[in-house]
Amino acid sequence: MKKSFKLEDLDCANCAAKMETGIAQLDGVKAATVSFLTQKLTLEADDAAFDDIVKKAAKIVRKIEPDCRIVL
Amino acid sequence: MTRKQKKTLIRIIASAVLCLAVWFLPLQGGWRLAAFAVPYLVVGWDVLWSALRSILHGQAFDEKFLMSVATLGAFAIDEYPEATAVMLFYQVGELFQSLAVGKSRKSIAALMDIRPDSAVVLRDGAELTVSPEEVEPGETIVVRPGEKIPLDGEILEGQTSVNTAALTGESLPADKTVGDEVVSGTVNLTGVIRVRTLSRYDESTVAKILELVENAAEKKSRAENFITRFARWYTPCVVGGAVLLAVVPPLVFAQAWGLWIRRALVFLVVSCPCALVVSVPLTFFGGIGGASREGILIKGSNYLEALANVDTVVFDKTGTLTKGAFAVDAIHPANISEAELLDIAAAAESYSGHPVAESIVRAHEGHIDKSRLGEISELSGFGLSAVVDGKTFYLGNGKLMDRVGADWHECHLTGTVIHIAEGSRYLGHIVINDEIKPDAKQAVDGLKALGIRRTVMLTGDRARVAEHVAQELGLDEARAELLPAQKVENVEALLNEGCRLAFVGDGVNDAPVLTRADVGIAMGALGSDAAIESADVVLMDDKPSKLPLAIALSRRTMRIVKQNIWFALAVKAVILALGALGLANMWIAVFGDVGVMILAILNAMRAMLRTKT
Repeated sequence: MKKSFKLEDLDCANCAAKMETGIAQLDGVKAATVSFLTQKLTLEADDAAFDDIVKKAAKIVRKIEPDCRIVL
Repeated sequence: MTRKQKKTLIRIIASAVLCLAVWFLPLQGGWRLAAFAVPYLVVGWDVLWSALRSILHGQAFDEKFLMSVATLGAFAIDEYPEATAVMLFYQVGELFQSLAVGKSRKSIAALMDIRPDSAVVLRDGAELTVSPEEVEPGETIVVRPGEKIPLDGEILEGQTSVNTAALTGESLPADKTVGDEVVSGTVNLTGVIRVRTLSRYDESTVAKILELVENAAEKKSRAENFITRFARWYTPCVVGGAVLLAVVPPLVFAQAWGLWIRRALVFLVVSCPCALVVSVPLTFFGGIGGASREGILIKGSNYLEALANVDTVVFDKTGTLTKGAFAVDAIHPANISEAELLDIAAAAESYSGHPVAESIVRAHEGHIDKSRLGEISELSGFGLSAVVDGKTFYLGNGKLMDRVGADWHECHLTGTVIHIAEGSRYLGHIVINDEIKPDAKQAVDGLKALGIRRTVMLTGDRARVAEHVAQELGLDEARAELLPAQKVENVEALLNEGCRLAFVGDGVNDAPVLTRADVGIAMGALGSDAAIESADVVLMDDKPSKLPLAIALSRRTMRIVKQNIWFALAVKAVILALGALGLANMWIAVFGDVGVMILAILNAMRAMLRTKT
C-alpha cells in the first residue's frame, strides 16, 4: 500500500532527510520519501503491518523534530 | 507571517534591545553573566529546550543541540555578548529561512493552482455544486466563463474559448465548440458550456499532472543523493574536529584551554549542512515547477539532471517534426490551368477516405458537385480512374501513366506525387507532403545554439522524404525506412557510441524507444494518457520549440544547484580553516551557517523564474 501524509511544522530540511532515512529502515517499508518542500511523507509498505509502520514512523518523526507531527 | 514567525520576531527584537542595554551597563563578573543570560534566554529558550529533548531522544547531532553547546560553551569561557549574539543571529537566520521556504512553498503551490475546487453537475434537471471527485463519467457538467473546467469531457452545448496556459504555457486561447474535447485544468473564458464527462477526477488530466509534479521529488538526482550522503558525514566529522581541537592542543601541547575551546566553538556553529540540504532540493523543485508553468512536465529531478547533460537529440518524424497531416504542396499543371487540374482531382478523389485524397479535397476548398461524377474504379497499386463530366481521367503514380500511354515526367519536388491524365493526354501532377511544423526549424536551431552536438531523425518514411525534411530543418542525420524495432536498435547503437541521448516522439507508438533513451520526451500530450505515462519528460502542447526551452531550463537549474553546492562548501571550508587557525570568530561562524543558508535559498528561488527564449 502506498499512502502520503502531511507533516505539520516540518521546519528543518536536515531533519526531513533524517526522517526519510529512519523510516526507510523500518521493517516492512518498501520506500519512504519525506519532501521538505511539500511537507509530505510518502510511505510504501506491506499492507498487513501498515498501521503499525505508520505508528513507528510517527515516533521517528517526533524523535527527530519534536514540534513536527504526522497528520493522519 | 504565521503566528509562530511573528512570535519569534518579537522575541528577537526584545532580545536585541535587552542585549544592547546590557552591553552598556557597567556590570562585572556574575552580575554581567546574569544580565546577559536574560536576552540569551529570551531569544534562545526554545532552542535549548528542543536540544534537551533531542538528547533525551538520542539525537546528538541535531542542529539545535549543536547551537546550544556552542553558545553555552561561549558562556563558559566568559564570552557573554558573543554567546547571546550567536543565538540571536541563529534565530534571525531561522526566521528568515522559514519565511523564504514558506514563500517558495507558496509560489510552488501557486504554480500548481490548477486543481479545480468544485464542479456544477446537472442531476434531474437541477444544478448541483459538488466536489469534482463525486462526478461520474457520462454525467453532464456546466462550466461558466471564468471557471476552471473540472473534468475531461466533450462539449454537448455551447461555444467558448479556452485558456490552456496553466497546462501548456500557451497564452493564445483555443476556440471550442460542440463535439470538441475539453481538458480539465484549463479555464473557460467566454461562453457557458455543458460538458459530458469522459473520466473520473482521479483519471483526469489535471489529477495526473498534479500527481506527477508532486511526486517528482521522489526521483532524486545524483546531486541530491550526494548532498544527503555528504550531510550524514559532514556533521559528525566537524563535531569530531571540534572535540579534537578543544582537547588536543591543551593536553598535548599544554596550551591554554580557553583559546582552543573558543576555536572549537566556531566549528560547532558551522557544523550544520542546512544550506545544502535545503537549497538543493528547493532548486530542483523550483526548476520543475517553473518548467511545468511552460507546459513542460519533468517527472523527477534525475530526469532534469539528465536533460541538462543531453548532447544528442533524436527525433521521430511524423507527428513530432511534421504535423502528421498531409497537405497539397504544389500543383504543376500541363496544358490546363491550376484550378482546373485541382478541380478534376478533387472531384475524382472525393469519395476516397485516404489521407492523400482528403488533402486534395481540402485544398480545393469549394463545393464539389458529386452529380458530375460517373464511374470510379480503384486500380490497386496504380491509383484510380474516374469519369468526371463524362470524360475519363486517370489519377495515380508513374506506372499508371505508362499504362495509359501518357507523356508524363518526374517532379523535381519530393513528396507523394499524383499524376493526372485525361485518357492518354497528360494534364500534370499534384505534390502532397506531410507539413513540417512551423516551429520545427526554430527548435533545431535552438538546439544547435545550446551546443547540442548531434540531431538525428528516425522515420519509417521513404528516404527521399526523410532527406528532404532533414535538409529543410538542418538536422545532422536522417535514418529512413525503419521499422519500430529498428528505431530501438538505432537508439541503442547511438547510446553505445556514448551519446547522452534524448528521444522525442509523439508518445503514441514509440514507448519502447522512449524508455530506452536516457531521457524520453513525449510531445502533444494534452489529452493523451499514453504519452504522459511512458515518457520521462512531457511537452504538453505540440510544439517542438519547447524542447530547447526545456533543456535551457534544466541547465539553468543545474547551474544554480552547482553554484549553491560550491558556494556553501567553500565558505564552510574557509571558515573551518580560519577557525582552526584562530582567525575566525563566532560572528563569522554565524554568517557561515545562517548567512550562507539564506543566500543559497535566495539563489535557489531563481530556478522558478521564467526564462527568456
